[in-house]
Amino acid sequence: MARMDLISFKGLRLDGRRANELRQIRCKMGVFSQPDGSAYLEQGNTKVLAAVYGPHEIRGSRSKALHDKALVNCQYSMATFSTGERKRRPRGDRKSQEMSMHLRQAFQAAIRVEVYPRSQIDIFVEVLQADGGNYCACVNAATLALVDAGIPMTEYVVACTASLANGDVPLVDVSNLEENSGGPNLTVAALPLSGQVALMEMSQRFHLDHLPKVVECALQGCRDIHQILDQAVRRHTEMSGSALGWGNRAQVDL
Amino acid sequence: MAEILLSEAEKTFILHGVEEGFRCDGRMRLDYRPMEVETDVVSHASGSARLRLANTDILVGVKTEIDTPYPERPREGKIEFFVDCSANATPAFEGRGGEELGTEISNSLATAYQSSQTFDLTALCILPGQQCWKLYIDILILECGGNLFDAVSLAVKAALHNTRVPKVKGACLDGGTVDLQLSDDPYDCCRLDVSDAPCLVTLCKIGDHCVVDPTAEEETCSSGSVVIAITEKSLVTSVFKTGVGSFHPQTLIDILKVGQTIGLSVNKALRAALLEEEQQGRKKECFGFLK
Repeated sequence: MARMDLISFKGLRLDGRRANELRQIRCKMGVFSQPDGSAYLEQGNTKVLAAVYGPHEIRGSRSKALHDKALVNCQYSMATFSTGERKRRPRGDRKSQEMSMHLRQAFQAAIRVEVYPRSQIDIFVEVLQADGGNYCACVNAATLALVDAGIPMTEYVVACTASLANGDVPLVDVSNLEENSGGPNLTVAALPLSGQVALMEMSQRFHLDHLPKVVECALQGCRDIHQILDQAVRRHTEMSGSALGWGNRAQVDL
Repeated sequence: MAEILLSEAEKTFILHGVEEGFRCDGRMRLDYRPMEVETDVVSHASGSARLRLANTDILVGVKTEIDTPYPERPREGKIEFFVDCSANATPAFEGRGGEELGTEISNSLATAYQSSQTFDLTALCILPGQQCWKLYIDILILECGGNLFDAVSLAVKAALHNTRVPKVKGACLDGGTVDLQLSDDPYDCCRLDVSDAPCLVTLCKIGDHCVVDPTAEEETCSSGSVVIAITEKSLVTSVFKTGVGSFHPQTLIDILKVGQTIGLSVNKALRAALLEEEQQGRKKECFGFLK
């Protein structure tokens, strides 16, 4: 069977987007009151909740404490009803452990861990609905939750995926359908202001000549998402700030 | 449960308040906190509901699968409860930390739904003795603000109300194998009758009195609570006690009476809310967690 083309001759993708178009991102900070910071983020049909606890004392064995910086602890779990087929276990499987590790790698690069020696920062993400780009949605939601918790970071961590269609067209923000139809998949977690890459992962293959193009596409996606997240943070701060009686009330016309 | 540290003075304050009939948030002993329920929030599930009871946040997704019925009950479908305590609720649930609480809640739901007079499992039968639907009811606890049992049971009932099971157009036995024909149209499906599904009502003993819908702080002050599963027809399908304390038999009987009336009104309120949401039809705005 001929493989379904990821991009039509008119330049439209399977879900009607252009090659450089992101899925719709909707987010909200401060969804829960018990965690120190929380956020909810929808990227297309992928829906993710993130909660941040800390910085607090090391939980469990004290031997884990790092004398010069904070320990960043991440847990990735997926709701059993999040995927098309029911998942048996929400967490603890190989895939989730790998995701947790990747989350920790990305956030350790951006959180100013040296400010909190001998303490711990917990980042918990929960995928409620999975539709491609789960890791990216988790990173973006966790960034918002960290901002909500007021944990100092050098800058936002933003993640985005990219793929290559028809051998030469880079696609940004790959959906589940496009992931499954067999194209290569490149995930990048970046610090968009300085342009540094905190994590990069690739599956499948394409020619090395295409790599710069695809990476640039993912980084452009990161910069676009950064804009959206930054707006959301500013809006949230204005809203909560004006409720406290500070900030420019005239600007709040939502 | 979430770690809540209360001093002796705070505990006494709550205790004395309950004795006088007042609670910290201005409620009487038998008042519930405000509740919000929204159905159809997860598109990958056959039915879903999110319930927020003050600070307690529950998300329930129902998935359907085809299975073979139990040999001793060939005309009944299957139902399975799974409670996942997300670490989002409290860091204590990280890893396998929430499993104990999860098992306790899922077992209590399974007992409450076991009676043949509650939820009609025969409706889930496709071919007696051969094929039936299995409902996986997956409960996700996202935030704990006390009174988990009540909130979970209400959310489960709302999710079951929202569940759509695909219609089977034809089923026949061909040799030893079953041949099923499912409808191609995803909108061609049947609803489940949840009018007999039970709701759990927790009565929490604080001092000599009982309160309903305890907050997390009140739960730490209580020595034990009684959980009653009640249907809309005021049938009690299960009763159990949780916590460390003990009850006098007379107190237990009094509690049951109180719980029955409260269970009826809770059932009625949930039904009204679900009907109201359904009447909005397609015009209904889907908020999810963005509200």
